[in-house]
Amino acid sequence: MSPSLQRAQLPPFSYADEPPAGENLPILPQHVSPGRLERVLRAGHFAITTEIAPPDSADPEEVYQRARLFDGYVDAMNATDGSGAHCHMSSVGMCSLLTRKGYAMVMQISCRDRNRIAIQGDVLGAAAMGVCNILCLSGDGVQAGDHPDAKPVFDLDSMTALQTIRTMRDESRFLSGRKITSPPRVMLGGAANPFAPPYDYRPYRLAKKIAAGAQFIQTQYCFDMPMFERYMQQVRDMGLDKKVFILLGVGPLASAKTAEWIRANVAGVHIPDTIIQRLKGAQDQKREGLNICIEMIQQARELEGVHGVHIMAYRQEHNVAEIVERSGALEGRKPWYPGLVETSASSSSLSPATQELAV
Amino acid sequence: MYTMRQWSARHARGLKHSYEWLERSLVKLYPYFQRMGLSKVEQPLMKFVEQPTKRFLFDSQSCGQCTLGSTGMSCPMNCPKTIRNGPCGGVRANGKCEVKPEMDCVWVVAWQGTQQLRTEQQALHILQPALDWRLKGKSAWLRAAEQRIREMKS
Repeated sequence: MSPSLQRAQLPPFSYADEPPAGENLPILPQHVSPGRLERVLRAGHFAITTEIAPPDSADPEEVYQRARLFDGYVDAMNATDGSGAHCHMSSVGMCSLLTRKGYAMVMQISCRDRNRIAIQGDVLGAAAMGVCNILCLSGDGVQAGDHPDAKPVFDLDSMTALQTIRTMRDESRFLSGRKITSPPRVMLGGAANPFAPPYDYRPYRLAKKIAAGAQFIQTQYCFDMPMFERYMQQVRDMGLDKKVFILLGVGPLASAKTAEWIRANVAGVHIPDTIIQRLKGAQDQKREGLNICIEMIQQARELEGVHGVHIMAYRQEHNVAEIVERSGALEGRKPWYPGLVETSASSSSLSPATQELAV
Repeated sequence: MYTMRQWSARHARGLKHSYEWLERSLVKLYPYFQRMGLSKVEQPLMKFVEQPTKRFLFDSQSCGQCTLGSTGMSCPMNCPKTIRNGPCGGVRANGKCEVKPEMDCVWVVAWQGTQQLRTEQQALHILQPALDWRLKGKSAWLRAAEQRIREMKS
């Protein structure tokens, strides 16, 4: 039976024990975090996460507005941490604001900007604010961003960051050995890029990340399904898909020109010629970009060992709802969002914020 | 030297062999070093032997915690992000570094070097712990010998 048909047999996902916004859910047996994302994944559903771009602003309303776009379509949002080595509102700040409203957050930690003292402090602070998921990244080099003159820190790397936070959680101590009175209850995640060399080492590196503590994985953008299938074959052969939740990274390309620019300038993003040709040949390139993204998700839903998708729709955040809707990725589920109980009877399939933008 | 660095990874098998021989020799010499005073031995050993050799062969950055034996004789400290458990996701399609496009990714080289080794020697899958920055400039060889002696005792 295909993975999506298997999931169709699952009992519906329940929000029965949902606490008031800003408070944590109870931690279920065998779970490490009080988070909704972990519940969705462990229950076997196809999870959807997305990326929320932090504003260049100190106004919380801007953050809430950006979050509302995804209401009812995603299980968790990644708050990026200086993505592309550009300066924006911090991921801790983003998560603090959004967890107050009850949103499930994935806090990204990049090792580029902070040393082990700062990172561990942020982990405690974030967990105290209700962050249940942390994604550890090495981070883009400073040369890629708006402050190429900055000092790159890289005290830890993504693996040792994972290991450090796992030690904090499971052994209640800092890397130094000093005791933590109440450990951070977080699910740990890492990134994987199956689309960059050395290709045959990539599955082994995934195994290494799992050994370091990764429980979920979000991949780099996938525009090459055959390549990803080869990777997954090896991942399954190594039994790794049983040890970690894999969320395939996807996103809409705005045009053939954008795709060519990304290919030339963004490190680690692989876009095959066939995709660029397809965009070039399309009447409405933006539409075609969405179609490609939706097809990727539909194929991912049928892939053994893929547990969800991570939609990165930079500057196309308003299209996430359509992508989720048309790809059928929710498989009949409705992810929690503030006010879900009151409006669940509403017949509209689009959230108010998306409707505003669609006008 | 960059060319030498590439050569070393291509000859990882022989170099790994020499490294193992060196470790055994240092383990044997260790008691004599101890009698002479380790602090007295460390500085000249580092300055005149270890650092110049490793600098020449691997572009070693003298982090004091050598992983060469586990990384296919490619020094990870030449990674601009000093990633000890690489490669990162930014490797270019041609295997070059994201930060320095003219340089081969040290982890692509490490994987090539590892494939020169026999399976039981391959240690790229071992998780390297966070670096102790206090050891920068200290002798990694002496530390490795110390560790080996500790392992043999236990």
